[in-house]
Amino acid sequence: MKHEITVTVNGTKHTAEVESRALLVHFIRDVLNLTGTHIGCDTSQCGACTLLLNGQAVKSCTILAAQVDGKEITTIEGLATDGNLHPVQEGFWQEHGLQCGFCTPGMIMSSVDLLGRIPNPDEQQIRHNLEGNLCRCTGYQNIVKSVQFASKKMSGAAGDD
Amino acid sequence: MYPAEFDYHRPGSVADAIKLLQDNPEAKLLAGGHSLLPVMKLRLAQPTALIDISSLSELSGVSEDGDALVIGANTTYHDLMNSSVIKNKLPVLAEASDLVGDVQVRNKGTIGGAAAHADPASDLPAVLLALNAEFKTVGPSGEKTHKATDFFVDMFTTTLEPEEVLTEIRIPDVSSVASATYLKFAHPASGYAIVGIAAVKTGSGEVRAAVTGSVPIAVRLSAVESEISGKDLSDDNIAAAAEKATEGMDFVGDIHASDEYRAHLTKVYTKRALKKIAG
Repeated sequence: MKHEITVTVNGTKHTAEVESRALLVHFIRDVLNLTGTHIGCDTSQCGACTLLLNGQAVKSCTILAAQVDGKEITTIEGLATDGNLHPVQEGFWQEHGLQCGFCTPGMIMSSVDLLGRIPNPDEQQIRHNLEGNLCRCTGYQNIVKSVQFASKKMSGAAGDD
Repeated sequence: MYPAEFDYHRPGSVADAIKLLQDNPEAKLLAGGHSLLPVMKLRLAQPTALIDISSLSELSGVSEDGDALVIGANTTYHDLMNSSVIKNKLPVLAEASDLVGDVQVRNKGTIGGAAAHADPASDLPAVLLALNAEFKTVGPSGEKTHKATDFFVDMFTTTLEPEEVLTEIRIPDVSSVASATYLKFAHPASGYAIVGIAAVKTGSGEVRAAVTGSVPIAVRLSAVESEISGKDLSDDNIAAAAEKATEGMDFVGDIHASDEYRAHLTKVYTKRALKKIAG
């Protein structure tokens, strides 16, 4: 059974036919060739496949492509504007928030969701809100610093300390 | 991993969803999908059709009806945490929701899905039991209302019939709740409840408590309730009541925690929850 879906991804409207059982992450990676969204565990635990669906962080390995008809998606490729990194991306760069980098796209998308809800989170709030993203390098310390950098930058006090 | 093949339907109303359930006896309803899709990917479940009710607006929203709160089955954990009505009237529901899974799960998972799935380690069933929640279901023979104590039958089993849809959850007598809490000992990796205790104290001194995680299905702690209700919530009375938390109960054991350990934790968390509502 196939379904026609129309979905806006990173500001561009796409129409495609998808099978009932096609997962959103496969549609994003294999149909739209947006391979920044990673598949880690494929069992809804690691968060590497996190993207924003209508502005909310979701695990795209646990959503059907057919379910996103008419919705808006932002992936890691959609964060930078005019060649300038998003403040969260810049935070991960400045604070060395990645080691192997596999979890990074998902970590960044969850951090964007977090800072949208809680602009100035404390460390405990950052850790609680990133529980759905696993870093197998265990580089959480610098991930927290990266989010703190972004939080400062986004609230206007550029992370210059 | 792909699930086995199935047909995907997105009905425009609850009535259409019921028709689809009647036409597809092996179908499953899809709400948040965060319990269903993972087991389908592992091929532990292979429904022939999914009926996606996640965008039915008639199942969304939180509203007040006199002294009751009416919560649409599609209300997500995220919505519960951010609803001003919930935060003002029944903050325990928002606090318990914040302990479920992770952000991505809370953005998709729904209160109706949690109730209908009846996972023995799910958090909200204990809270809904302690709040005396009522569950409204709609099916081919019309509407029914179930008390929480009747709704949860066994592990992954409720009174919901195959052709019925859980539409709303109603919390009655909200103003009678003087204090309420939900405490859990979470599995450190999965976050699921090894044990979770919900406790409610009413203005007239009634105490209601329920347990999840350590038992086959969330259930009221009736021996604890009858020991403490109407009494002063002193440390001694609380300790005596918490000792009753294992009375007449069967506990589950697995590689994460033995039944003996879960029984012990049930007493410990019952005591902590009662102390919390004592204020």
